[in-house]
Amino acid sequence: MKYRKLLLENVHIPGIDTFDVYRKNGGYRSVEKALKSMTPDEVVEEVKKSGLRGRGGAGFPTGMKWSFLAKPEGVPRHLVCNADESEPGTFKDRYLMEKNPHLLIEGMITSSFALGANLSFIYIRGEFMYVLHILEKAISEAYANGFLGKNILGSGFDLDLCVAPGGGAYICGEETALLESLEGKRGNPRMKPPFPAVKGLWGCPTVVNNVESIAAVVPIVNEGGDAYAQIGLGRSTGTKLISASGNLVRPGVYEIEMGVSVEEFIYGDDYCRGIANDKKLKACIPGGSSVPILPHYLVTKTAAGEDRLMTYESLSDGGFATGSMLGSGGFIVFDEDQCIVRNTWNFARFYAHESCGQCSPCREGTGWMEKVLHRLEHGHGNMRDITLLEEINKKIEGNTICPLGDAAAWPVAAAIRHFRDEFEWHVNEREQSQKRNYGLITQPSVAV
Amino acid sequence: MAHTDNEPVEFSSETMSKMKELIASYPEGKHKSALIRILHLVQTEKGWVSTPSMNKVAEILKIQPIEVYEVATFYTMFHLEPVGKYVFEVCHTGPCMLVGSDNIIEYIENKLNIKIGETTTDGLFTLKTAECLGGCGYGPLLQCKYKFHEHLTKERVDELIEKYRSGKYDQN
Ligand SMILES: Cc1cc2nc3c(=O)[nH]c(=O)nc-3n(C[C@H](O)[C@H](O)[C@H](O)COP(=O)(O)O)c2cc1C
Ligand code: SF4
Ligand code: FES
Repeated sequence: MKYRKLLLENVHIPGIDTFDVYRKNGGYRSVEKALKSMTPDEVVEEVKKSGLRGRGGAGFPTGMKWSFLAKPEGVPRHLVCNADESEPGTFKDRYLMEKNPHLLIEGMITSSFALGANLSFIYIRGEFMYVLHILEKAISEAYANGFLGKNILGSGFDLDLCVAPGGGAYICGEETALLESLEGKRGNPRMKPPFPAVKGLWGCPTVVNNVESIAAVVPIVNEGGDAYAQIGLGRSTGTKLISASGNLVRPGVYEIEMGVSVEEFIYGDDYCRGIANDKKLKACIPGGSSVPILPHYLVTKTAAGEDRLMTYESLSDGGFATGSMLGSGGFIVFDEDQCIVRNTWNFARFYAHESCGQCSPCREGTGWMEKVLHRLEHGHGNMRDITLLEEINKKIEGNTICPLGDAAAWPVAAAIRHFRDEFEWHVNEREQSQKRNYGLITQPSVAV
Repeated sequence: MAHTDNEPVEFSSETMSKMKELIASYPEGKHKSALIRILHLVQTEKGWVSTPSMNKVAEILKIQPIEVYEVATFYTMFHLEPVGKYVFEVCHTGPCMLVGSDNIIEYIENKLNIKIGETTTDGLFTLKTAECLGGCGYGPLLQCKYKFHEHLTKERVDELIEKYRSGKYDQN
């Protein structure tokens, strides 16, 4: 059993969202340590040693990302925290910021110091306006106590920190769309290169990191990168916040030590406590709506019959054929009564709605997929539609400016791959499919 | 209609001073960054974002009106048409659907006797659907004036509508 908590350890302490209580419980130590006894490069080095991988979805090593930041003479640099949190199934950042706002502020200060940024931002989705106010209160407390502003702790390091809201657009979670939005524009993703590390906010070198990644810098600096790397399993170091939703007895946000088994996470007493209403598990999307869905027989075991673990490697074991991804940790669980076709259509509608419309394969393709899935789900589809979906997929994949196109296409491909019977049933048994649920698929007898 | 294009618009002095404060928080020449937050302020004061309001924002930010229209039309939170006093935005994305958001939407439709996108005849409630609101583990849920109402059941919806009707949520 793995209990280690680093980010949510103190959330149950009353008043932890105030500066005084947070400080009494060891808060802002990482700022003191970094500013008083380390160079910025030494902080970057600790983050590299920690093995921390970006918690926003892509899992790119944070220390490496930081070391790519261009440092031209006389040009300001920026750190931008991505608190857009709009990937369906993901609601961990909101929890962290609401319960423990100073942890994020502390992480922002320590990280900005490491990157040499003197003006940093937290970009938060507009729907979280109440969290924005919580953060602003924490920020003003940090200013009042000398942790923000000019010459922090007498170190000569200056930092201003601002929070800016979005206005309701999933695409603004994509880092270059986020930067456009932060500049007061439509959230249209930019062509890369140049990457934000070279040309980011207002054309200046910029690092964009997820809330959880920035919060994790605090324990990394406090305890050292090596100590952090000891937690977890293999290249999946540290702890991870998992947002569990769907048909679970106890959905919610859990901080797990990487390496917990999926079985224990779904059924264990410390975690989700099983499927709600005594139903059976039908499927699971382990990393947010953009990652492939897994049928029940590939959720707790890999195709090779090994225990599936909550790590980057184990969840993607088998590639797209029999695996999925840890992604943002948006763990969505389906019980036996759920219709996979309906759910696939639902997510396709989401992506069609959220496509920014800049590239035609994504704009047209997502709309098309939504239409085809709508008719399949409502009993007006035919067999050709299933192949059509696969063809549209191939036209989107890799042909777009940003990864939203892939994020829309891959889950549809995975649903058809694993639940083709259920799609065909919607065509062959139109009336039945409108009246009742297909139920559980059986495990293929041949090895997948 | 309330939204003719030449009706002049004034914002309250409170809104105006908040806007100025926001603009001042950005570096020289980067004040356009305040735009989205300013649109939220406008909507909070006026209930929706009209063309005259957008023109006024352009004037305040010293940018072209088109730059404001572009942004206001891109982001789904901004109501570009008049809406009811309370807008219920019910999440209908996957995880919420798994726990019954469809039933909740249907229940609200019947209860208020409106369809998605419509406003009650007394002008109090507008019903909309929203894509994932970032609270998937607490669904079904809806948002109204930035407030989240989670774990919705039919009883909770009845209660909620009563509370909004009697102005209980107007204070904060
Ligand atoms: C369509 C799309 C939506 C995204 N949404 C988010 C998001 O809501 N939050 C987030 O942190 N990253 C999101 N990302 C990933 C970001 O682009 C970026 O990789 C991430 O913020 C980097 O932070 P990290 O390295 O700490 O993970 C999204 C990416 C795409 C393509
Ligand atoms: S892939 Fe889609 S969301 Fe991304 S830039 Fe192209 S149209 Fe916009
Ligand atoms: S799916 Fe409804 S809040 Fe995320």
